[in-house]
Order: sequence, then structure tokens, then C-alpha cells
Amino acid sequence: MNQSTPPTALDESVLSEAQSASNDTGFGAHLLYVLRANPVTLLAFVLFLLIVACALFGHALAPYDPLATSAGDALQPPSAQHWFGTDSVGRDVFSRVLVATRLDLSISIAAVALSFVIGSILGGIAGFWGGWLDSVLNRILDTIMAFPLFVLAMGIVAALGNTIENIIYATAIINIPFYARLVRAEVNIRRDAGFVRAARLAGNSKLRVLVIHIFPNALPPMMVQVSLNMGWAILNAAGLSFIGLGVRPPTPEWGIMVAEGANFIVSGEWWLAVFPGLWLMIAVFTFNLLGDGLRDMVDPRKRT
Amino acid sequence: MLSVRNLAVGFQTRRGFVSAVRKLDLSLDKGEILGIVGESGSGKSVSSYALLRVLDAGGSITAGEIHYSGMDLRAISEKDMRDIRGREISMIFQNPRAALNPIRTVGSQIEDVLRRHAQASSQNAREKAIEALQAVKINDAEKRYHAYPFELSGGMCQRVVIAIALACNPQLLIADEPTTGLDITTQKAVMDLVRDLIRERGMSSILITHDLGLAAQYCDRIMVMKDGEIVEQGEPTSLFSQPSHRYTRKLVDATPREGDSIRALLPPEARTPEPARSLSTDILLDVQDLTKTYQGKSGPVQAVKGISLQIAKGQSVGLVGESGSGKSTTAEMLVRLLDPSSGSIVFNGQDIAGIAADDFARHPLRSDIQMVFQDATDSLNPRHTARQTLAEPLKRLGRLRKRELGSRIEELADLVGLPNHLLNRFPHQLSGGQKARVGIARAIALEPSLLILDEPTAALDVSIQAVVLNLLVDLRARLGMSYLFVSHDLHVVRLLCDHVVVMKGGEIVESADADSLMSNPQHPYTRELLSAAPSPPERRISARV
Amino acid sequence: MVTAITSRQCRAVLGRLAQTVPVLFGVVVISFLLTRALPGDPAAYFAGAAADADSIEQVRESLGLDKPLPQQFLIYLGDLARGDLGQSISTGQPVASDLASRLPASLELTLMALLLSCCLSIPLGVMAAMRPGSAIDHLCRVVVTAGVSLPTFFTGILLIYIFYYLLGIAPSPLGRLDFIYLEPDRITGFYLIDAAIARDWETWTGALKQLILPAITLALFTLAPIARMTRAAMLTALSSDFIRTARAAGLTERKVLFVYAFRNALLPVVTTLGMVFSFTLGANVLVEKVFAWPGIGSYAVEALVVSDYAAVQGFVLAMAVLFVLLNLCIDLLYTAIDPRIGFDAQ
Repeated sequence: MNQSTPPTALDESVLSEAQSASNDTGFGAHLLYVLRANPVTLLAFVLFLLIVACALFGHALAPYDPLATSAGDALQPPSAQHWFGTDSVGRDVFSRVLVATRLDLSISIAAVALSFVIGSILGGIAGFWGGWLDSVLNRILDTIMAFPLFVLAMGIVAALGNTIENIIYATAIINIPFYARLVRAEVNIRRDAGFVRAARLAGNSKLRVLVIHIFPNALPPMMVQVSLNMGWAILNAAGLSFIGLGVRPPTPEWGIMVAEGANFIVSGEWWLAVFPGLWLMIAVFTFNLLGDGLRDMVDPRKRT
Repeated sequence: MLSVRNLAVGFQTRRGFVSAVRKLDLSLDKGEILGIVGESGSGKSVSSYALLRVLDAGGSITAGEIHYSGMDLRAISEKDMRDIRGREISMIFQNPRAALNPIRTVGSQIEDVLRRHAQASSQNAREKAIEALQAVKINDAEKRYHAYPFELSGGMCQRVVIAIALACNPQLLIADEPTTGLDITTQKAVMDLVRDLIRERGMSSILITHDLGLAAQYCDRIMVMKDGEIVEQGEPTSLFSQPSHRYTRKLVDATPREGDSIRALLPPEARTPEPARSLSTDILLDVQDLTKTYQGKSGPVQAVKGISLQIAKGQSVGLVGESGSGKSTTAEMLVRLLDPSSGSIVFNGQDIAGIAADDFARHPLRSDIQMVFQDATDSLNPRHTARQTLAEPLKRLGRLRKRELGSRIEELADLVGLPNHLLNRFPHQLSGGQKARVGIARAIALEPSLLILDEPTAALDVSIQAVVLNLLVDLRARLGMSYLFVSHDLHVVRLLCDHVVVMKGGEIVESADADSLMSNPQHPYTRELLSAAPSPPERRISARV
Repeated sequence: MVTAITSRQCRAVLGRLAQTVPVLFGVVVISFLLTRALPGDPAAYFAGAAADADSIEQVRESLGLDKPLPQQFLIYLGDLARGDLGQSISTGQPVASDLASRLPASLELTLMALLLSCCLSIPLGVMAAMRPGSAIDHLCRVVVTAGVSLPTFFTGILLIYIFYYLLGIAPSPLGRLDFIYLEPDRITGFYLIDAAIARDWETWTGALKQLILPAITLALFTLAPIARMTRAAMLTALSSDFIRTARAAGLTERKVLFVYAFRNALLPVVTTLGMVFSFTLGANVLVEKVFAWPGIGSYAVEALVVSDYAAVQGFVLAMAVLFVLLNLCIDLLYTAIDPRIGFDAQ
């Protein structure tokens, strides 16, 4: 073979190109940068770890049995023994709040996971193949979105029955449109991208192109959505319990505890509702801030 | 009139402070047109924004002086500066469509400027705005007054941008890559208009461009910029005939011009003889009456209206046309990513037009027809390293095992001049030229007999374009491939192709041997294309090969 | 040319209207199926506590509940066409009139909340976008995120505790008007408007006092999406090329900011408003329960608890129709702002 590539020119330009190419920056370094530049996100990460720890070790850490009643200790304000006070039947509010973390978190994780999977499949198909599939899916999503979503969740739980699984299903259903829409949009903009056409030239079937080449590129914005949705799912589950749908007393759950405490607030026993409410708010707050932080990380405009 | 001394501009980024312009000295006389030429990242656009103090967020002038008609532009207040912008110094931008407010009529946008600088009252603003539109030779100006930017073509939008810039009769016009994204015939019309208006009104102008040929044609003086500094300046003819700086020489060489060979684009020391290749008369690809009809909003749209062409084994055919000519649609059909509406594509004696694009992905001929895409960045999966990208066709179609795979990938990288240590990088860690090499390596991985090149150098700087074009010439000789080279630029196509096909409005208007097409174009459209391309001045005789 | 645009936009709006038909039909189907799945036997309920199996069967027949589901659905559609939403079990009134009397209460609350929220969040978003990364940007982000993280039922209770129990400046959280005031004559059903028409300023103040806490509760929840979208849209608009053109032409900062950037930024914000309205309607259910607000949300909760299917169906339908109408309004608004509508829409 006749090796005729002009070596000098190539080497020279490769050298200068290598210099101008951006330096390797790993994801770790980028993460550190984002956390340093944004103390709020750092705070969210710390809170997130704390909440996960509560969910994992809450039962072991709780100072009292969350279900043990004690008539003599009823309605005691916060003190050294009972940090968050006691409720009308003398149960320790702090223990109940702590233990409830696992239940509330599990419900939302399960619901978000379910809607993530179903929404990704639906959105991926609609975004990639388009046509009538896309139109039908869009109409269905429009129909779901035409209900105020919380009301739809209420209806589903009321119709299917008052169980934890049904709260999960209801929460998942009302979240599906968000994922499906997001994936559809992300897939759609990449459908005709050069790398997708190149993948087809390399002998990939359409399904393979969608799953291996397009979908992973849609993951970063999906993760942001997951984080933001987690907070919303927690709020939703608690809201359902608050109006008496879903988790039943005496199971410790934040929504029910706020509902129970609401009756006592006008007589001044504020701690019954305020502590579970605050805890709930902090959990949701954490996921929302985390989602925001993740958005900063994956936003290409902020990455340059 | 304008004098800049020691100007330095920098940007605050996440990696700390980055200096974009280091030391810029510039002076401009009344009535002069000055060209600033440089490749991407040279700081040419940033310098012009700095003159008007309209830098993007994070940017600031760190040193230097800017004097305009006795005023110190760095020292005056923002309020005074606003009076100067549009009134004394104006600017026009690249990407004209984005440069206009999408939800405001063009008439209102011109009126905004007129009234801001007290050039019109509420009574006569409309009249004056229409006059401004007429001044930039917009037909039917009274109707266009009510138009929104999305209703106008790119060239028309650029005329509106010029009308806004010139509405208040400024003394200095800064044009930042004013023809990027426009077709070559539109480019000529817009540039001629700008030059005529500037001369007519006795204005001065700074033209910022990456195209040395364009600058040479329209400017009185050219400054060459690299890495935030001016490396050389002079009159166009002397700059071309006696470039003294090494970088200027490289740029001058890399600018394609009539009559030169492809090796002449490279620096003299790299000009090895062109490799010999064998041309056969066997037909590799025979396309007959190919059409493509899309279902548009208002009825069917015929993008390709029955074209026929042949490519012989080892032959390179250029497919030239402006945007909307149907050349990209044709390329997509030939590479079998898109199903034609009718017609035949006979490849190596087999009609492949009837095989659905979806099925062709698994067809034995798939590895024989490959493509290099227009935008290298877009054509690489952002989550795959260069190695993974190259492995894809080898694994899917070549059925290579692990060990063979690694050595084949490295062999490919060597072939396209990509250093092996870059193989583990992701696209965003590679430069434009490196990404182009990865794209080419992927396309030739399976040693196709037909390679379709869809404007492979359109997004590259001219010096990198020179290297990539030469790489393509070498690869063609080594692997005996046939090329279908799709491009808008006749001068580039000529360098690489034996035969040229010119498309317009979905039809072939001329098809001829490359040399005879260039020297003796038959169709008026071909002639128009040829005359619209900027023709750089002669360069030193010694540079010829 | 101008007329050409208008007719194109007209077509776009008509097309949008046609799109709502399948959506509305879907809503009817879903609400029908959902309510049939509710536990409990409405026939037994209507027949009364003393009824035996025979009389329950009789009631079932008279209600049409013995027929197969598809036939029941057709009957339901027929009733709908006549504007008959059925009878509520719990109130004994036709659902349509129940909804009509309660809807203004919900709307007054929701609109007040959105008004409050917009007045606060849009300026916040604009300010944050003008100085991204600054202290005000971070503050805005934390405040609105905290707002959307607050469970509305909890915020309501907290506000009641602080302003009613501790400070005593808010009236008791029981409904739209304290009993010491007379209800204004019903014209629109919005107390604030009706009282203003009657020039009864005492009642007006009284109604406002009742309204303010639930409205704040809801508004806090809706700050985040609007402020965030305003910030993002404003940032996008401000970094657009046409802003640079406007600046380079010497336009004043005010003109650049409000006429060029803000009007473009408004487009996505208007879209978000539709989403937020839907969210607020959902959150309304909880807030109405906390503040004993006699709106359709609390009506629905009561109906759900007793499996009052006609009432639930009517409520869901009313909500969906409201939402579809709202989206239509937003699309019309959008068409008014954006001349491109109908041009690049599919």
C-alpha cells in the first residue's frame, strides 16, 4: 500500500487541535464545582442523605413505639422526653414522624418508578415513530391532564379502594403524562440527529437505535424530572391521606398526622400538626432543591 | 475616526477568567472598509462587541483605549453610549433571522430605532421606516412593513437588519459575519448591497468574517486575527501575494481558488504528490428518474423531481446546489435512509430502491454504502467515546470479535490521523477537526465502495477544511472508494470531483465533467453560482504546485 | 397580508377547538367508569334504611342501574345532552344546581390566589433573571421552592393557627362570610363583585377577610412554577440574538427589557399559567376542606366519602370542562401575543 498521507500537515494540525480541545473534566469534578458554586444544592444533598437515613433507620432510632398509647401522657407539649410532644392518645409525635419517613418515601419512590418506566416506554414510542401512535397517545395524555390531577388521584383511590398500593397506582397514573411528554420531546428532537442516522447506517434496527442510542441521551432531563416529581408524589400521597383516602390510622403517616392535629390547632395544641407538617415540607423541599441542582448540572448552557 | 489601542477583553467562566482578546490595536479612517479575518475562537467577534460595549454576560474590557471621533468610548457613561449605538456606530449580525425580534413586525422594529434617536416623530415614523426598507432594496416595502421575521427569507431578514442598522445614518457600520447561513447567491447580493450603501453614504465599516476571500473582495484593508491578537495586516493584494506571518500564509493557502490543485491548500512543506488512483468505466451506481414527494401542509411537495445520475467505480461525483435544491434529500435516498417515491437506484447491478429503508439496515449491501455527515458534532453520540463510536459499525455489520475490534479501531484511527490516546474521549472533549476525523473513520470502517459525503467540511474552519479534504483524497486512493460529494461550494467540489452535477429546485440543471463545467458553464444558474463565489486575489507564484 | 394572518390564526383556533372534542369525550368515559367503580350501592342508598331487597331492586330499576354498562353509558350521555347531571344522594338536589351554586366560591378563591401569585412571582422571576447567580436569584429560588414544598393543607392550618388563634386578626376559618354579614344579592356569585355592585363595602371587607388566608395558602403553592418559568423564559429571551440587535441599536434598557425581552418571555409563562390553574383546582380540594369553604372541591370530597356517584361525576366533568375552556382561553391569548401561531403548528 502506498502510504501517502502528508505527515507534517496532519501532525501539526492534530497538535494544535488537541490543544484547543477542551480539557478532560470528569463528572466528579463538575459535581464538586456545582456544589461549591451553589451552597443551596449542597444543603439539599445533606438533607437528602438525612432523609434516606431516617427512612432506613427510623424504626431503630425512634425513642418510643410509634403506636404505643399512654392516656396519662396525652397532649403534652414538646419537652425533653417528648421532643415533638404527644398526641391525643399519648403517642410520641417525634417517633411517629420519624417512622413515617419510610412509608411516605416508599410510596413516592414506587409511584415515581412506575410512572418513569411506563412514561418512558409510551413517550419513546410516540416520539420515535410519530404518526397516529403519537396522536393517540397525545389525546390520551390530554385527557388525563384535563382532570385536575389531585382530583383524579382522589377518584382512582376512592374507586379502587383504600389501600397503599392504590395510592401508588393513582400517584403513578397522574405522573405518567409528565414523563411521557418529556421523553417524547427528548426523543423527537434526536430522531433525525446525525448520530441516529449514523447508527442506522451501522446496521442498527430502529428499536435498537431508540433504546441504545437515543434513550440514554434523554436520561439527564429525566433525572431532574424524577427528583422534582418525588417531592410532588410525597405531597400527593400525604394529601390523599389528609382527606381520609389512602393510609389509615393509626399507621404513622405525615398526612394523617396533620389531619389529626388540625382538630387541635384551634385550641392551641399546635405541635400535633406542625411537626409532621414541617417534616413533610422539609422532605419535599429537599427533593425540589435537589431537582433544581440536578438541572444546573445537566443544563448544557450552564456547563460551558 | 476610530482608534483602538491595547484592547483586552476577557470572560468570567467556570474555569476562571479566560482572555478572549489580548492586545488589539486598530485604526480606521473615514470611508474605509476594514476586514478582520480569523477562524473560530480568534476573538474577532468579541472585539467588535467590545467596541460597542455589548459583550455577553460575564465579559468585560480589561484594558486598552477606544476612541471614536474624539470620544473615549470606555470612559463615557452607559447612557451616552446608548446614544452612540445605532446613531453613530451600528452593527449587523450573523444569523439574521435570530437577530430580529420574532414577535414584532419589522416596521415596528425599525420605528423603535428611529424614534429612540429622535430621527422620526410618531407622525412620520411609518413613512421613514418604509424609506429605510426601500433603501435596502426590499420590494413592496409598504407590505413588508407589516411582516414578521418568520414570514421573510433569510436574505430578506438580513436586509431588514441592515435597514435597522442604517436607519439613523450612522458613521460606522460593524458587520459581524453578515452572510453566515445565507446561500452563496444571497451572500453576494447582501454584500454588494452593504458595500454600495457604505460607499454611497461615505461611511466607514468593519467587516468581520472567517472567509479570507470575501474580505479580500470587499475590504480596503485586512487584519488577520489569531488567538486574540492581530498577527498581520495589509491591503488584500499584498496580503495574498506576500503574506509575512506563518498563520496568514496558512490561511491564504487554505482558501480554495480557481485553478489550484487540492494539495495547494496545504502548507508548501506538506504538499506531497497526489496519490494515483485507477478510474474504471464500470458503473457502480446508476440512478434513474428518482423522485421524492413529501406530504406538506398545503398539499404534496416534490423535493426531488426525477433525477438521473451515474457514478463509475472509483469516480467522484459532486452534487452542488443551494438550500432547498433537494441535494440533501437525494443523498438521504441514495444512502437508503429515506425511501424514494419512485425511480430506481441500481447499485452494483442490484436495484435497491425497492428495499425499505428500515430493512436495508440489515441488508448485506448496507456496509457498502456509507455516509459522512454534515455536522460532525451532531453525528456523534454525545454519550459514546470515539472508540465506542468506531466499534458500532464493526460490531453490528462487521461482526468483529473483541481482540480484532481493538486493533481494527486503532488501525482506523491511524488511517484518519487521529492520535490513539484520543479514542477514549467523548465528543465534547474533541475539537471540530478531530470530530470530523472520527466521523470519517466510522464511515470507512467497513471499507464501503461508495461513500456519500454530505458537506463534510461545512462546519469546519478553512485551515482544517484543507486538511480534511486532503485526507479524503488520500483515503479515496488507498481504499478505491467512489465519492458522492454533496456541497454548496463549487470551488470545493471541483478540487475533489471528476464530475459535477448542479441541482436547483429538485432538478438537475447541469451535469458535466468538472473541468469543463468550471471553465465553460452552460446553464445560467451554474454561471450565477460561479460568479457569486468570492474570488480571492492571486497569491505568490511560488506557492503553486 | 394582515387578513391572511388572521384567517390562518382563526384556523389554528378552530383546529384547537376540534382537538378538545376527543378529550372531552375521554373525560366523560373516564369519569363514568371511575364512578361506577366506586364502592357502595346507590340503589340501597336511595331506597333508604328501612328498605327490603324488593324495594331496593325497584329503585335499581328506576335508576336504570340494572341495565348493562354500555346501555347505562348511553343513557348517561343522553342525560348529559339535556344538561341533566343526575341527583346528588347527600344533598338531594340536582347535581347541576349544586355545582352552579358552589362553583363561584371555588373560582373566586382560585382566581384570587392566581392573581396574588402572579403579582408576586412574575416580578420575582424577572428580577432573578436580570441578575442570574446573584443573591436575589438564590433568595428567589429558595423562597419559591419552599412555597411549592409546603403542603397546602398544612400551610392553611399554620396560617389559621398564627392569624386566628395567636394574633386574632383573621376571622374564624368557616366559610366565605362571617354570620354577622348578610350574603350579597347573587349576580355573579363572586362575593367581592356582588358586594361591590351592591355598594355594600362592609360585606365586601368581610368577604375579603375570609378570602385572604385561603388565597394566600393557594398562592404560596403556585409561586414556584410561575416564578421559575418567568426566570427561565426571561433568561432565554435576554440571551437571544435579537436582544443584542436591540442593544446595539441603542434602544433604552427599559424598551429592551419590557418590549423586546418580556413580551417574548411571556409566551411560555402563559402556557405555564394553564398548568398552574389546573394544579390550583386540584389543591383547592384540600384548602376548601381546611377552611370549610363551600366550593365544589369540598363538595366533591363529601360526595366521594359517601360514594355519591352522580355528584362525583358532575364534579369531575365540571372540572374538565373548566380546564378545557381555560386552555382555549390561553391558546387565544397566545394567538394574540405570538403571530407565528398557525404557521409552524402542525
